[in-house]
Amino acid sequence: MLSLALETRVGAVGLALSLEVADGACLALAGPSGAGKTSVLRAVAGLLRPARGRVACGGETWLDTAAGIDLAPERRGCGFVFQDYALFGHLSAWRNVAYGLPRAVSRARRRGEALALLERFGLAARAEERPGRLSGGERQRVALARALAMRPRVLLFDEPLAALDATSAAAAGRELAGVLRELRVPALLVTHDFAQAALLGDEVAVLDGGRIVQRGSAAELAAAPASAFVADLTGAVVLRGHARRDAEGLTRVALEGGGEVLALAPAAGDVAVSVHPWEIALEPPGSAASGSARNRLDVEIVSVTELGNRVRVGLAAPQPLAAELTSASAARLGLVPGARAVASWKAAATRVMPR
Amino acid sequence: MHACPAAIARGRTGRRPGWFPALLVLALALALAFLTLPVLAIFVHSSPGALLRSLGDPAARDALRLSLETTAIAVAIILLVGTPAAYLLATRAFRGRALVVTLLELPLVLPPAVAGIGLLAALGPDGLLGGALHGAGITLVLQTAGVIVALVFVSAPFHLRAAQAAFAAVEPSWGEASRTLGAGEARTFARVAVPAALPGLSAGLALAWGRALGEFGATLMFAGSFRGITQTAPLAIYADFASDFDAALALSAVLVAVAAALLLSTKLLARDALART
Repeated sequence: MLSLALETRVGAVGLALSLEVADGACLALAGPSGAGKTSVLRAVAGLLRPARGRVACGGETWLDTAAGIDLAPERRGCGFVFQDYALFGHLSAWRNVAYGLPRAVSRARRRGEALALLERFGLAARAEERPGRLSGGERQRVALARALAMRPRVLLFDEPLAALDATSAAAAGRELAGVLRELRVPALLVTHDFAQAALLGDEVAVLDGGRIVQRGSAAELAAAPASAFVADLTGAVVLRGHARRDAEGLTRVALEGGGEVLALAPAAGDVAVSVHPWEIALEPPGSAASGSARNRLDVEIVSVTELGNRVRVGLAAPQPLAAELTSASAARLGLVPGARAVASWKAAATRVMPR
Repeated sequence: MHACPAAIARGRTGRRPGWFPALLVLALALALAFLTLPVLAIFVHSSPGALLRSLGDPAARDALRLSLETTAIAVAIILLVGTPAAYLLATRAFRGRALVVTLLELPLVLPPAVAGIGLLAALGPDGLLGGALHGAGITLVLQTAGVIVALVFVSAPFHLRAAQAAFAAVEPSWGEASRTLGAGEARTFARVAVPAALPGLSAGLALAWGRALGEFGATLMFAGSFRGITQTAPLAIYADFASDFDAALALSAVLVAVAAALLLSTKLLARDALART
């Protein structure tokens, strides 16, 4: 069990948060760049000393500013996978992995252990190469092997997939998820990408302005975002407006810039509403209301982007929103930028939250 | 390496040569000619026979031996003290850091005569620490130890500067990774910072060694010019050149060869060390 509570200033951000991660669990700390995510990892590893705080792991106190305890990084045993991997450029892959092994162990055994770990990540043939000659994906795996080799008591990941191209990131993400499932120690991972947080974290905590604004499973966060910020991070469309209750008992939100959205949850005053792009359907302009979708907005098509087997359509209504359709539907509708359409979704798909 | 200056001036695209690339080539050619001409002249003037004869001269041999011994000791002191000091300057931010760096670089711009006077005023018999040194039974002035003191004083800043830049260029995250992997600060310094900074460190070492080999003014003022005790090769050249220009020329040629060999071997050693790790 890793538990930490800290309060400190890092640049322009005032960090104030506390969290616990159980053994074998992975908490993904998600938030935009500059939210102070990396500083949290550094404070756990002992690379940053917060103004006030406590870090404890497995019944051992690593930091207690009130009691004057501050264990040096080398005595904490944190496996830290840095964003740029921080592989030692002057050492071969296996020597990088063996670096954290106890010095009492003989050189031959350390080499054997390092090679076994590299083998597990499919890198046995690359053991003698320097990091400069490895690909991004290979470096990421060497960094992971190096962090695991030291038998860490906590694993820390700083944007583990950010330095990879999309193809390697997908493969590395699946591999990392597998490693995390087998792990018996707490893991803390920071990312700006909600999809990665959902893939790699058992739970996701959203960091905004140095504070954790919501914590839960990725599905919970997507279904019931606590704020417009969380909804935006989960990839939902966020619209701003003014809510009032109507005679039917529905919530009507008059959108800023025009248009109206219906929601089921009661709300009043200035609010944000969110809807996931895959819940939005597109119809040709002027088509009559049919089916159960109560929300109908006249929109202009701004962009059409192919994403593999689906298409993301950027819309203006006049606030920006986006719909995701199958490629087949997009082709049938003949979507082009500049054309008009009707965007529709059910009132039940509309989430209402404070701004 | 193989492209002639005209090809550089023409550029790779084969466009009409511009006047600016031509100017750059001209500037480089001028610099190269001016800076290599005196060195070339030494070798043109001194025949191999004269060179060998000069090595047979006991005074020249004494001077060379003394130069090699004193510079080796001076460079060892500079390495042992200067390298950790440069590491501290490169990796820690503290109040007054810029001032400390400037003070350490001051000997670089000090005229050698001023350096000699300063050393006398600090460590001479009547100097600031003269009494304390005398009490401890240490005499520097007119002694071989005084030569080493003068060499360290004028050469150390070259290594300090290069080492500081080399340590500053090592990724900070490497040091942090080393710490999280269980290595303390000393082990991180020895296993990560020094090997990673090795090319820069060896360049600094070569610069400091070259400067020490050529040291003249401060040594002459602080330690004097006594054959076998304080007369290093540059001082012997100066002592010779009025009476026996050929001997001075031959000794100069030897000094150039030694300095070039040192420069080359430090660079090669650093490259080898880097390739081996």
